[in-house]
Amino acid sequence: MSPKDPIINVEDVRFRWPGRASFALSVPGFSVARGETVLLLGESGSGKSTLLSLICGTITANAGQVSVAGKDLSKLSGGQRDKFRADHIGMIFQQFNLLPFGSVFDNIALPLRFSPERRSRVGDVREDARTLCSALGLPDVLTEKASTLSVGQQQRVAVARALIGRPPVIVADEPTSALDEASQSTFLDLLFEQVKAHDTTLLMVSHDPRLGARFDRVVSLRDITQIERRAA
Amino acid sequence: MILRLAIGSLRARGLTVAMTLLAIGLSVALFLGVEKMRTGAKASFADTISGTDLIVGARSGSVQLLLYSVFRIGNATNNVTWASYKDIAAQPEVEWIIPISLGDSHRQFRVMGTTAEFFERYKYRQGRGLELSEGAFFTDLFDTVIGADVAATLGYSVDDPIVVAHGIASFTEHKDQPFRVSGILKKTGTPVDRTVIASMEAIEAIHVDWQNGAQIPGQSTPVDVIRQMELTPKAVTAALIGVESPLQTFALQRQINEYPEEPLLAILPGVALQELWAIVGVAETALLGVSAMVVVTALIGMMATIFSSLNERRREMAIFRAMGARPSTIVGLLVLEAVLTAAAGAILGVLLLYCGLTIAQPMIDNAFGLWLPIEALSLRELWVLFGVVVAGAIVSLVPAVRAYRLSLADGMMVRT
Ligand SMILES: Nc1ncnc2c1ncn2[C@@H]1O[C@H](COP(=O)(O)OP(=O)(O)O)[C@@H](O)[C@H]1O
Ligand SMILES: [Mg+2]
Repeated sequence: MSPKDPIINVEDVRFRWPGRASFALSVPGFSVARGETVLLLGESGSGKSTLLSLICGTITANAGQVSVAGKDLSKLSGGQRDKFRADHIGMIFQQFNLLPFGSVFDNIALPLRFSPERRSRVGDVREDARTLCSALGLPDVLTEKASTLSVGQQQRVAVARALIGRPPVIVADEPTSALDEASQSTFLDLLFEQVKAHDTTLLMVSHDPRLGARFDRVVSLRDITQIERRAA
Repeated sequence: MILRLAIGSLRARGLTVAMTLLAIGLSVALFLGVEKMRTGAKASFADTISGTDLIVGARSGSVQLLLYSVFRIGNATNNVTWASYKDIAAQPEVEWIIPISLGDSHRQFRVMGTTAEFFERYKYRQGRGLELSEGAFFTDLFDTVIGADVAATLGYSVDDPIVVAHGIASFTEHKDQPFRVSGILKKTGTPVDRTVIASMEAIEAIHVDWQNGAQIPGQSTPVDVIRQMELTPKAVTAALIGVESPLQTFALQRQINEYPEEPLLAILPGVALQELWAIVGVAETALLGVSAMVVVTALIGMMATIFSSLNERRREMAIFRAMGARPSTIVGLLVLEAVLTAAAGAILGVLLLYCGLTIAQPMIDNAFGLWLPIEALSLRELWVLFGVVVAGAIVSLVPAVRAYRLSLADGMMVRT
């Protein structure tokens, strides 16, 4: 089931959190094609976030290979991985995405600070941020302090931040679980609109199978992993 | 933008940051204040006597001579005979010479015999002269001029009578010849404030009936007889000398030190003052050390607050990491934050210092005769402030390294 042109490719990866014997993640093979939208399902504590961290390169696998856009992350130094992440991946968390004390604009522009490549794709940052906000159905909140926004608005700002500078991959870690059902669906509509318009790859994890319909592919974490659990 | 976010983050934790700022500010103000007091005290100490080129006394140690002739502490082991005094006065290098005769006291204060020229020649604080706040300098044989502290402590005003006791802390008083307060000097911040000044003749007069420190039994010369007598002193305790040209100071000093008739000592007041400061200054240095420790304590307090903020800020760190910030950027962010705090604290400290100085300056001048100038920060003080900021950065490295570890271990998801 390995796609032709995988932008994310995970092979024979093993990972164990240091000092935690009770959990180990083992992924024999998992890949996402360029431009594909994939929903990764798994219950809470099953290692979804851990796998995303591996893909984003904030943690490194104990064994095996994680490549993104053709680059084997384990071949990069820590600093190079951080830069690589800034260049290639837009990240959306479950909640608390934003620096609460920063303005909405500063939050959106933050990744550009770490990725000159993405910065170069954006002409006028403020203009671009404004366009993204209105595309995501946000009122004019650029100068507002992030903490003054509602949770739903904050999640949309997080999407704008992930999209700015058009990274090839968007990784979203349960971005809708803090939202009620109605805003979940608008949120996904807006996200998909953007992702499809720019042919961005989307890897989203969730424990909620009902979201699956919109995605090109739904993968259950259980199917791609061998989770070893000992008595905790 | 990073700077803006760092400031934003600080402002979001306003109260704790304000406390830290206050602690650093107060400690910096304390340190600079002590430093100011120290340099002020040192300067005012060095300013106790100025304009005098040499002090002459019987041979002893230079600090000892300085102590009894200027600070009225301790006693002269010997006097200088009047003949030697006259001899020195006749030297061509000598522009002026003022005799000083010590040995009597009034209550807890020393009585100093001298000539009227003393009021003109004695200078302190870079050439300031003595001024009267009340009354007049000597007009009569038994007139005294008293220092500001004497007047304040004993509640004297002009025309009050004074009885001089023979020796120091002695109860044998020269009852026969009561003195009168003719003038009160303005506060100088020098030992003059604690001195009762009489004329050389007056000191001689009260000792007419005395010999070898004891009253001649049955002898009591009436005051009007004394007034007719020729009251030439037999000896002086010390003398202040001004030379014609500063170049001659050392030659005259050597000449006096090698005076054949009598073992004498001539000292340069400035040099002796420095020697004395080397002894006295130790206490001040200790005080400075203590206030430096207070600054260190405040910085450690800042370290503690950064430490305790780390937990609540793991999320913030995780966001930065997810956006592509390196762990070293996180360290930089925390150090930047500490530097901003320390710098703001230092600025607050300087403001507090100037406020405090403005308020306390007249009080300190009144109470201790210590004039603390309000002036721009010295280079040394700027270095101190710079040191505080650098120390803040160094101290913050400890929690920053911890944040580094945490952000590596957390990946970009914060466990909640
Ligand atoms: N930073 C971390 N350090 C140590 N253990 C962690 C860390 N993050 C997650 N874990 C552990 O890894 C396991 C999987 O967690 P996670 O990947 O967050 O699951 P999910 O996202 O599917 O809920 C859990 O047992 C969790 O306790
Ligand atoms: Mg998770």
